[in-house]
Amino acid sequence: MRGKEDTLVETRDLTKRYGSRIVAVNHLDLTVRRGEVYGFLGPNGAGKTTTLRMLLGLIRPTSGTASVLGRSPGNPESLARVGALVESPAFYPYLSGLDNLRVVARYAGVPKERIGEVFDLVDLTDRARDRFSTYSLGMKQRLGVAAALLKDPELLILDEPTNGLDPAGMADMRALIRRLGSGERTVLLSSHQLGEVEQICDRVGVISRGHLIAESTVEELRGKGALLVGAKPLDRAREHVEQLLGAERVEVLDGTLRLDADPAIAGRINRELVGAGVEVTELRPIERTLEEVFLEMTDQKGEGHVG
Amino acid sequence: MLASFSAEMLKLYKRPTAWVLLLVSLVLSQVFNYLVPYAGYLSADSERAAEQILARTMPENLISNSIGGFPLFAGALALTLGAISVGSEYGWGTLKTMLIQRPRRLSIYTGELLALAVAVLAIVLSIFALGALTSSAIALSQSEVIYWPSLAELARGVASGWLILMTWCLLGVMLAFVFRGMALPIGLGVVWILGVENLIVNVAAALLDFAETLQKVLPGVNAGSLVSALGGGSDTPGVNTVVDGTQATLVLIAYVVVFALIAGFALQRRDVT
Repeated sequence: MRGKEDTLVETRDLTKRYGSRIVAVNHLDLTVRRGEVYGFLGPNGAGKTTTLRMLLGLIRPTSGTASVLGRSPGNPESLARVGALVESPAFYPYLSGLDNLRVVARYAGVPKERIGEVFDLVDLTDRARDRFSTYSLGMKQRLGVAAALLKDPELLILDEPTNGLDPAGMADMRALIRRLGSGERTVLLSSHQLGEVEQICDRVGVISRGHLIAESTVEELRGKGALLVGAKPLDRAREHVEQLLGAERVEVLDGTLRLDADPAIAGRINRELVGAGVEVTELRPIERTLEEVFLEMTDQKGEGHVG
Repeated sequence: MLASFSAEMLKLYKRPTAWVLLLVSLVLSQVFNYLVPYAGYLSADSERAAEQILARTMPENLISNSIGGFPLFAGALALTLGAISVGSEYGWGTLKTMLIQRPRRLSIYTGELLALAVAVLAIVLSIFALGALTSSAIALSQSEVIYWPSLAELARGVASGWLILMTWCLLGVMLAFVFRGMALPIGLGVVWILGVENLIVNVAAALLDFAETLQKVLPGVNAGSLVSALGGGSDTPGVNTVVDGTQATLVLIAYVVVFALIAGFALQRRDVT
């Protein structure tokens, strides 16, 4: 049983409206637990960044509540334990990467010795003394992560950290996030990239049009899966599996049978069919991708307005 | 607050634009207070006219020379400093980077104001120091006896100059927070300083009783009156005798407080998107 102390981020009925027409975030209930890498998944404009801004105290909710590390958003004591990169890395273009982190360290009250450590962590030490304006997008993102790590935070909030990166940059950033989330640290990662969330996150919250429409592990979201059977003759195979599983769990699909069944019973299905004189030409589990699940959910359950 | 002040000082110190504004302030003050009058002295028609022109460049006039341009051009530069310091934070998105660190918004804001106050003081002191060097060089080159203003007069001059420039700087800060940007505040502020107040004072005040009363509470008019109270000649653009020095000081202090409160309120209450 998880206690309150295990909940780092909690929102209840969190809502942000702009005027009377736009509802960016709509009665959002979100829970992020200590030590997990939580994927906050949703299409562009779903309300992810608005939610993160509310969690950091940058914008005020219209209604509802939120707590971050047990305190209200923007509270200095909780901010001292939170590192964040929101939307895009924002730094002073006329300063070097090093001076930018000096500025951030002074605001955060972090000793300057920590700056060198975070440059090493994000592998940017060689370019630390160059102006921020000369950095590539990937380097800017890494500097953003370095700034977020300055406080050695318990909670790391990263908003679309791989946006705009090339494939190699994305792979590097994902490896870094996995590394950062592997210990005690909790990571709240917002993304619209399903593969990224699938690779990195322990649990996922899916947001669409301001609503949280699902919250569970990646495996739970995918569901228990299904079996695909290729057989000759197909009609006889169908009769047999319908007797075994029930007709409602069998579907003919492109000359194969799709069985709504746990892939673990594949051996039994094979034995039954072969015993009945059916030639089994193909038998494999079908695992739904997160993308399929996501499209299904966002098509069916989204309500309200896009923020 | 001290952490924010220290961060703001680092940003200002490393910012090329701040140094450009200081340099322009110094160049303009030297050109119009010393270089142009000295050239006029060298080419004057009569000895009496030449002596009068030369007298204006002497160290004894250091205060009025140094702050003579504050109601107009140096004021516009101070407004630009305030507007870019705050407005660029919105443009670059760095305001959110600051706000998600530890300090409260008002603590960050107070640090920013303190840093700007120090920067404005540095500008005032630099203009005074360079003016002292130039005027003493002119006096020595012309074998004139050097008389300096007393320390108390100098302190009053520096404080008044700082008050005038802080008024304009905070107008820039306030407009930048209100409009959440840099360009519009600079445009509006400069138009106000260089155009609107002049029209009210020189055109509307002569025609309308209301405008004549209104001019007495305008920041530029009070800045000009404060310079006049410290010996500034009314032939200098922006310098006037509409109100006395005490009223001018009080009105400018009121503007500093009001601009600072409005800017702080805007930062505290509004979302940062």
